[in-house]
Amino acid sequence: MSQFAINVLFVGASFALYIGIAIWAKAGSTKDFYVAGGGVHPVTNGMAIGADWMSAASFISMAGLIAAGGYANSTFLMGWTGGYVLLAMLLAPYLRKFGKFTVPEFIGDRFYSRTARMVAVVCLIVASVTYVIGQMAGAGVAFSRFLEVDATTGLIIAAIVVFFYSVLGGMKGITYTQVAQYIVLIIAYTIPAVFISLQLTDNPIPALGLFSDHTASGEPLLSKLNEVVTALGFNSYTGMVDNKLNMVLFTLSLMIGTAGLPHVIMRFFTVPKVADARWSAGWALVFIGLLYLTAPAVASMARLNLMTTIYPDMAGQVENYDAAAADSIAYADRPNWIRTWEETGLITFEDKNNDGKIQFYNPSADFSDRGWKGNELTVNNDILVLANPEIANLPGWVIGLIAAGGLAAALSTAAGLLLAISSAISHDLIKGALNPHITEKGELLAARISMSVAIVVATYLGANPPGFAAQVVALAFGIAAASLFPVLMMGIFSKRVNNKGAIAGMLSGLLFTLVYIFVYKGWFFIPGTNNLADTPANWVLGISPLSIGAVGAIINFAVAYIVSNASEQPPQEIQDLVESVRYPKGAGGAVDH
Amino acid sequence: MAEEKSNAEAYWKANLRLITGCLIVWALVSYGFAILLRPMLAGIPVGGTDLGFWFAQQGSILTFIGLIFFYAWKMNRLDKQYGLGE
Repeated sequence: MSQFAINVLFVGASFALYIGIAIWAKAGSTKDFYVAGGGVHPVTNGMAIGADWMSAASFISMAGLIAAGGYANSTFLMGWTGGYVLLAMLLAPYLRKFGKFTVPEFIGDRFYSRTARMVAVVCLIVASVTYVIGQMAGAGVAFSRFLEVDATTGLIIAAIVVFFYSVLGGMKGITYTQVAQYIVLIIAYTIPAVFISLQLTDNPIPALGLFSDHTASGEPLLSKLNEVVTALGFNSYTGMVDNKLNMVLFTLSLMIGTAGLPHVIMRFFTVPKVADARWSAGWALVFIGLLYLTAPAVASMARLNLMTTIYPDMAGQVENYDAAAADSIAYADRPNWIRTWEETGLITFEDKNNDGKIQFYNPSADFSDRGWKGNELTVNNDILVLANPEIANLPGWVIGLIAAGGLAAALSTAAGLLLAISSAISHDLIKGALNPHITEKGELLAARISMSVAIVVATYLGANPPGFAAQVVALAFGIAAASLFPVLMMGIFSKRVNNKGAIAGMLSGLLFTLVYIFVYKGWFFIPGTNNLADTPANWVLGISPLSIGAVGAIINFAVAYIVSNASEQPPQEIQDLVESVRYPKGAGGAVDH
Repeated sequence: MAEEKSNAEAYWKANLRLITGCLIVWALVSYGFAILLRPMLAGIPVGGTDLGFWFAQQGSILTFIGLIFFYAWKMNRLDKQYGLGE
């Protein structure tokens, strides 16, 4: 059977499974269809949150970025898990007690202001649409490879699949579909990692293999990797980072963004009890951790495999790295996986010194003494996880499994985000403000139209994404961190913050962050409209646009605090509301919605 | 009524103390050990690199999981102790 047929078989079978479960669960209970997680055990709910949360960025893109950046990109690992600590302690239990359905609804009620609710709708849409761009970029890469088409066609196919998947409706709401998606994606991620860990370190657990000895050379895996990459002019994989401020702010931005993302918070509105909101956050992090502890192992092992594929003499014990570097593979002898990825345009080769061999090294390093005239191989970071089984010569079914897993991750999150966007528009914007008497049918239609518009915008911008999938997603986190998290937290922990403070805080946090991002990434992410080149030399105090969300959040907190203290106290009933949110006692059942 | 109110206040204060403690650990393992204090831990070798690298790539995640379960368990006890659970 051809690889193409195997891929189609695995992707098709996994989709049949999700649809089968959706039909079975729908027949079982209509309530479960609306209240995702209502009456579901925290462990099951945690698994569903894991699927909702882990997107193309986590599955496809993150390990590739860690492989490229090494220690410096550990920020993704800490940032995307540390946010659950904030969620479990600062938001989830109290928002569950409050007992409403959408994030803007809480903000509107707590700050007794329709304007605040509308500002929250805007923040939610900006953050979620940015997030969907990242998903489309990731899903596009996956489709282009597995259907063997170019990257743009892959993106358009991804958009069509996401459209049917989300607009079909309900699919996302069913907890058990997401449990199935979680199982598919974790198996797909783990199996190739186990094989590769066995090949390289003899340790069947990738997370432990990362810190074990590399079998072929007898040295610790990470020391070996450091020697190989530095011999080719790259930074040391485990080396320290000079710009610690940026690293701290980036991690902080991802953490508070995680806690402020509406599609994740929504999952906690519907757990049966307040205590379950805390347990669910814990279990969600356990299931996310299974992938996140494997990811750094995948990153370092894939990087080593990639390098030793191009420079076979570097694979074992090496006496002289200069000699080993001279003996790279000839372009004509390149392995099949390079050929297939070249067709997508995500790997490109140019023989700059016309020696027929591949020279792959840090483009800013100077190796003219080796007769090299520039780096000849460009590898898109986003392909690394997908190409990983091929690089390690694993059997065809593992590659099919990775295809199914990557698509499960991208589709489940895209669907969750589109649901958050459409509910904000139909429920908060139209029903809550523009036309309170809208019929249920009209509300549904508005939801579908807004989903479609979001998909079109995200596809257009996903064709020229402002970064790799995980970086685009990181921008979305910065926006959520700067706009939604601070007011949600202050809404619970302070009785003093009033409507004026919340609105001023959200607006200043959002605008500050967006302007900083747009100046470097292009206005509204349209390529070529940026005012300054996106390079560290241009960043203010060395803070990258990916990290600025943390500064935006601090501005949001400060502005809200100052404005509130300069104006009147919130009314007594609001102070009583805040009081009641703090104690689990008297929480009703999960809202039917 | 007044007694109920002071009970609720005591519960909230206990919760805030617990959150503060957990967040200190949260910040220490991630921003501390993994980033700012990494040079101080550079002398402790772990599989070809140092302890700070391990905290950055795995240790902090394991600590976060432990923290959430500790908090959830402790809060369940507080809920019962103050009679404010569901």
